[in-house]
Formats: sequence, structure tokens, C-alpha cells
Amino acid sequence: MSQENALLQVSRVGKKYNENVVLKDISFTLEKGKILGLVGENGAGKSTLMNILFGMNVIVETGGYEGEIYFEGKKIDFKNPVDALNAGIGMVHQEFSLIPGFTVAENVLLNMEKTKSSIISRTFGKKYETVDMPVIREEAQKAIDLLGISLDIDTLVSEIPVGYKQFIEIAREIKRDQVKMIILDEPTAVLTETEADILLESMKRLSDMGVSIIFISHRLREITTACDTIVVLRDGNVVVERPVEGVDIRQIAKWMVGRDIDTKSEESKNVSIVDENDIIFETKNLWVDMPGEQIKNVSLKVRKGEILGIGGLAGQGKLGFPNGIMGLFDAGGEIFFEGKPLPLNNTLEALKRGISFVSEDRRGVGLLLDEPIDWNIAFNAMQVQDKFIKKYLGGLFSLRDDRSMRNVANEYIEQLEIKCTSEKQLARNLSGGNQQKVCLAKAFATDPKLLFVSEPTRGIDVGAKELVLNALRKYNEENNTTIVIVSSELEELRSISDRIAIICEGEIFGIVPPETDVTEFGLLMSGEYKINEEGEKIWLR
Amino acid sequence: MAQINKFIRDFGWARIIIGLFLLGLFIAAPVFGVRVDASINDVIVRFGMNAIMVLSMVPMIQSGAGLNFGIPVGLIAGMLGAVISLEFHLTGLPGIAVAMIIGLFFAAIFGFFYGLLLNKVKGDEMIIATYVGFSFVFFMNIMWTILPFSNPASVQGFKGEGLRVTISVKDYWYHVLNDLAKIPVTERFAVPMGMILLFAIVALFVWLFFKTKTGTAITAVGSNPDYARASGISIDKMRIISVMLSTMIASIGMIVYEQSFGFIQMYNSPLAFSFPSVAAILLGGATVNKATIPNVIIGTLLFQGILTMTPSVINNAIDIDVSEVIRIIVTNGLIVYALTRGKGGK
Repeated sequence: MSQENALLQVSRVGKKYNENVVLKDISFTLEKGKILGLVGENGAGKSTLMNILFGMNVIVETGGYEGEIYFEGKKIDFKNPVDALNAGIGMVHQEFSLIPGFTVAENVLLNMEKTKSSIISRTFGKKYETVDMPVIREEAQKAIDLLGISLDIDTLVSEIPVGYKQFIEIAREIKRDQVKMIILDEPTAVLTETEADILLESMKRLSDMGVSIIFISHRLREITTACDTIVVLRDGNVVVERPVEGVDIRQIAKWMVGRDIDTKSEESKNVSIVDENDIIFETKNLWVDMPGEQIKNVSLKVRKGEILGIGGLAGQGKLGFPNGIMGLFDAGGEIFFEGKPLPLNNTLEALKRGISFVSEDRRGVGLLLDEPIDWNIAFNAMQVQDKFIKKYLGGLFSLRDDRSMRNVANEYIEQLEIKCTSEKQLARNLSGGNQQKVCLAKAFATDPKLLFVSEPTRGIDVGAKELVLNALRKYNEENNTTIVIVSSELEELRSISDRIAIICEGEIFGIVPPETDVTEFGLLMSGEYKINEEGEKIWLR
Repeated sequence: MAQINKFIRDFGWARIIIGLFLLGLFIAAPVFGVRVDASINDVIVRFGMNAIMVLSMVPMIQSGAGLNFGIPVGLIAGMLGAVISLEFHLTGLPGIAVAMIIGLFFAAIFGFFYGLLLNKVKGDEMIIATYVGFSFVFFMNIMWTILPFSNPASVQGFKGEGLRVTISVKDYWYHVLNDLAKIPVTERFAVPMGMILLFAIVALFVWLFFKTKTGTAITAVGSNPDYARASGISIDKMRIISVMLSTMIASIGMIVYEQSFGFIQMYNSPLAFSFPSVAAILLGGATVNKATIPNVIIGTLLFQGILTMTPSVINNAIDIDVSEVIRIIVTNGLIVYALTRGKGGK
């Protein structure tokens, strides 16, 4: 790779959030007019890397980054996105930032409007110049044509199909003067196949014009068709940087997911015997309307006593599954627990029947941050099962039994090794790992028959991860509790689960044993094929 | 030093400053010819008159419905109880008991609808509550004139219908609670045990209530509604219960105030209680979403202490009436201070 042709050079970049290392020693080069495909699992560090490149405030606020980045041969250190824009870097985010009530043309040239001077503006300054609509329309039309799509520039953005909104965003980026590099963060996630193809075409056209593109996508086929080079991130490291020629998607999937593929995790598999026909929980055509994590149609059987892992990429719906069953988001379809139907959208009923849920949103949903640990642990059991309640005056009235709450809390503090000053410490003041243990204790205290655990190790350090997973495994073995664990971390699922279901695009794409080759997982998660109940692969892309 | 810092942090600067100011006033009182025992008497009587109203803030704060700027809703229920009790010409303890029972009854009904309304405006409870207070007072202004009251002591003398602006309870239940089990200490100082006892009973009830399953659930709703929902708790129901409770306690507070004051003040008078009650509990150390009974006691004592002491001591000292100015600064300043600290701030 010739250095003089390099537009962007990332050299030994690293980033920590507190003590949590997200990126280590990242180096890669992007040449002028080339498309770089960036792939990696969730949490591999893609977003953090893009945030660094685009000078997002989070990076500066959390102490900056290590290493150097050169753009056009000059070392850059953006303090905010405006610096990045001025330097010629554009970014299209996953969420649209368009004004629905404006036309396409107006959105494309938003804050870059062409203006005419008038008497007023000559007197009061440039801010009072009038907007020159004809020129704006012309310019917008040029940008849209460049992308090779047909789109009426006078339509309101609110009336345009979702797929096309992406193009407006891109048109806006290329409309900026001297844009040299565009970052596209999962632009095809909301597009249909044909729309995605058009987008890939537009990308090629842009790169021919000399604009470099960093393209993030989890659809591996798009990477192989459109990109010139590929960079694979895993656990904050660049594992592969090479030209795309000669790479096939299976290989990418393997790079993305696989740790050391030969050394299987030697975790002690759980010993409880699971009867395949003893179904404790079943969903039929379940849909869940959880924003960003929609479940479209899931029919799944959970066997009594097993640990079922649910994996998949972010935004594909795996989180919607437990949240919908627990009635935290609108859901429909049918669910059965212990053979009897369970009403949906009824949290209390689900809890009463013996289902517990450890939420992925620990601080938002999982904890009473401003209450002590013992409250947090005992609360569900008290409200749902009338535990920790003491009757007075022959049952005339009953009060909270603070002493037994304290005792239970201390039991769990000891059992789960929760590090705290006492059971009266506020949940807010605990570390992430210890907060997670409190959440687990809260679920355990209700003696659940079926336990949903969502992202149990998100944002906690390695030691605590191990403890949390061991606690779950132990609980499963000792009480024969069925556990459904939803996680973005495949290795974690493989180490603990009896079976793993992969959710993609709101549906189950396959249920496979944990020993399955990681490549298969990667392909399932990217939605390359589906495995039906007979175990046949149905290739989709 | 560390301990002093900890004390300051736990107790809060606002309270320390006002507490020292109040102490200074008591020390300065004899210098300006103000009797200390009479001053203490005034502070305690005023504490008894206002403490229950301040206490009525607690349930709503705990459920996350914010500071009850709509306290007039409950106060009006109390006024309704009082004037209806007068219609029966009941005197002494039975009179005030009937007033409270009727007041509680209306407060429960008003509180239910008030709660329904507040559930529709989650996040903006305090501003809406303020307007609810205003509009309900003016609605009742119409009702006071047209409801068929007939006790000559209550209705306007010149036409025999419509309630007076101030109705004297002298012949009915004036000072019933103040004089109940009164403990004289000095010539000018007697502890109004009846009033203090009633406060203690209501406070005990609130304390016990927040130890029940429902009370615990209400606290959780106030602390983190999403957590409560994930535990299968109906947030709306818990909030309605808390608003009803607040409203009912406020109605009792109003009647206690009236019997000590000697008059039932009708029409716009409830509006005068919202800000002082809110300010008192904030002064006591409550935040927008956490309040305890010690907050109520400390806050009411400090707040009423300032109100009683400034007119007598400062006015004697500098011959200018600044008490009203100080009252307004303390009241509104505290509310602004507490609201800017936001949720969960220490």
C-alpha cells in the first residue's frame, strides 16, 4: 500500500472507558477513493472507533484516546464533530437526522442553503439573506442524481419510504464542500435487498469520484461485493486487514466470531438431565413491539431444566423476546407456561406463575438505585409472593419485615460475593458487577421456575462475569431452574447453554448445540441462512 | 473535621444556615424585650397548626408525583367538612371529629379524581398541580355562595345565604385540640398536647403505611417507575393511592389549623398554604422525590420558627417590617433551590 495515496491512517489507536478497554492498538489505512468494509460483532469496538474518527464528544469527555490518526498526511485530533466536518469527514448515523416536515431538497442542503442578498441582509448582515429555492433544488437534484436514484426532490421527507431516507442523508454528506471521506454506519440495516443494491452502486460511484468510504455492515455479502479492503474487529483488536479479493463470507464470519476455534471452551457443562419432551414454556407466533429490538414471529419451545441461550446481533430482536414475555413491551401471539396459557402484557401474572426476569437495563429497570441493597433484593418477592411480610394484631394489618429482608440480603451478599459496606448501602453506589449480582439475587429470591436473564455480563469486568455465569449455572443445577439467557456475547452463550437459538430480523434463524462451529454462528447471525426444524439450511442471500 | 464535614453534608447547608439564624433570633429576643417563653409557645402552636399540612406532602413525594402544589384540593375538603359540621351545630370534640370524618370523605373523592388527572400529566405534575389548586379554589368560590348552608354563624348576615369570608368557630370547637391535655410550663408557655398528639398519630399512621406492602410499592414507584412496572405493580394505581392519602391528610391539617386559629377562612384562603407547606418540607431536607417524617418535623419547626420570630425580634430591633420580605425570600428561595437541585441530587 503506497503511503502517499493514503487518505486516512489510523495508527495504534486505543481507548478505555474507565478501566474497561474497548480498543487496543488499532491500525489500518484507507486509500483515496477506496471503500473499506468494517465488520465485527457487537461490542467489538466499531462504534467507539467511529466516534473517535468523527470527534464525538463522548470520547473527549471520557479522557480521549491513545495513538495517532493521520488524515491527508496531517495528524488530526478532533474535539467535536464540527472539526471533523470541516476536515472533510462526513458520517451517516444509524438513526436518521432529517426534518420530516421539510422537502428532500431542503433536507439535503440543510444549514448549507444557498442564499440571495437583499437590502435587509446588506444592512443587518449575512444571517438575513433570503433562501434561494431554485438553486437549492438544482443542487439537491445534482446530488440525488449522483447517487443514481430517482427521487422527487419536492416531496416531504415524512412521506418518503424509510429506505430512501438513507439516500437523503448520504446526499447531504456528499453535498458538503470538499467531503473526502464518508462513514456509513449500518446503512443497509433498514433497506430491502434491491434498495441495498442501489446503495452499493451509489457507493461505488462515489468512490470512483475519489471519495473514500468506511462502510459498516453486518451483511457480509455486501462487504464482499462493494468493498476494496476489509477490516475485521474483534474484542477491540484488528484481527484482519486485507483486500477483499478472494475472501468469502464464511471466512469473514469465522474471523468475526471465532476466538481460537480449535480450543473449545472447557467449561463444565451442566449436569442436569433434560428431557426433550418435557416442555416448560412455549411461544407461538410471538411478536413484540420493542423499539429497536422487534420480534416479528417466534415460535419456540423451552425444555424444563435446560439453559437456553439466545443470541444474535444488536437490533435483531433478541432483547425483545424476554421483555415481551414479561409484559414490559406490547406483545401478541400465544405463550404457554407449564402447559397452561399465560396472558401477555401482564407482568404480575407472569411473575406470580413463577417466571422471573433480570433486565438488560440494569440501572433503568433492574434496580432501585436510591434504595438499599436489601430492598432491591426482597422487593419482587414481597410484592409478588407476599414474602417478608409480618402480620400484626391477628392479621389486622401487616408490615414489611425488615429483619428477614436484611437476613435474606446478607445471605445473597455472602453467596454471590457482593462487595458492599453493608446490606444498607444504596444500589447506586455499587460497581456494575455487584449491581448485576443484586439483580440476580432479586430474581433468585422469588424462587423462579423459569428465569429470563438478559445481557447478564454487559459492562462488567471479567472477574465479575465469571462469578455471574457461575452463579447462574449453579442455580440451574441446584434448583433445576430453567434459564433462558439472552446475550450478545457468543462465547458466553456457548460456555453456559445447552442449546443456542439465534435471532435475526425478529425471527429465529436456527437452534443449534453450543459445540457448533463458530463460522455457522457467524453466518446465522448475519442472516445468511436459516435452519428449519428438520435441521436443513435454507440459504437466503 | 471529617465528622463536621459529614454532618454538614448530611444535614445540608440550607438547614444549618436557617437553624443558626433562628437560634440567633432566640438569643437576641430578650435584648429587644421579646419574651423567650412566649416565643417558644408561639413556635410550638404554629408547629401544631401546620405540621399535618406539611406531612401531607410526604405520600405524593414518595410516589414520585412531586411536591403537592395542589394542596388546596385537600384543604377545601377540610373546609367542607368544617362548614358541614357547623350545620349540625355540634360543639367540642364531637364537632371536630365529625368535621374530620366529613372532610376525609370528600378528600378521598377529590383525591381520586386529582390523582387520575395527575396520572395523565406524568413529568409535569407540579405545574399542573398548581393550576389544579387555583382552578379548584375558584370553582369552590362559586359553590360556597350557592350551596344551601343555613347555620347563621356561617352564612352572610345581610342575606342569609352564601358563606361568609371568615366563619368563627368560637362557639363550636375553638381550641378543642389546643386545650386538650394542655401542659402549662410557664405563664406564657403551654404545650398544646392535643394538637401535638394528633400530629403524632397521623405521622405514626404515615410511617406505618410506608412499611406496608402497598407503601413499599409506592416508594418503589417514586424511586424508579420502570423497576416497579417490571415487578408487576400498577404505577397509576399506586400514584392514585398516594394522591388520595396526601389529600386526606391535608384535609385533617386544615381542620386542625382552623380550630387553633379560631376561624374557618373561606374562598381564596387555601391558596396561601401551598408555598409555605412545600417550602417547609424542603427546608426539612426532603428532595423532590424523597421525604421522611423527620424532614416534616425539622422543616416545620424551622420554617414556623422563622415566621414567628422575625416579626417580633427583627421588627423590634430595626423598626421596619421586614418579616414579610424574609418570609417570601425564604419560602420562594427554598422552592427554587430545591427544584434546581433536580431529582436525586444531594
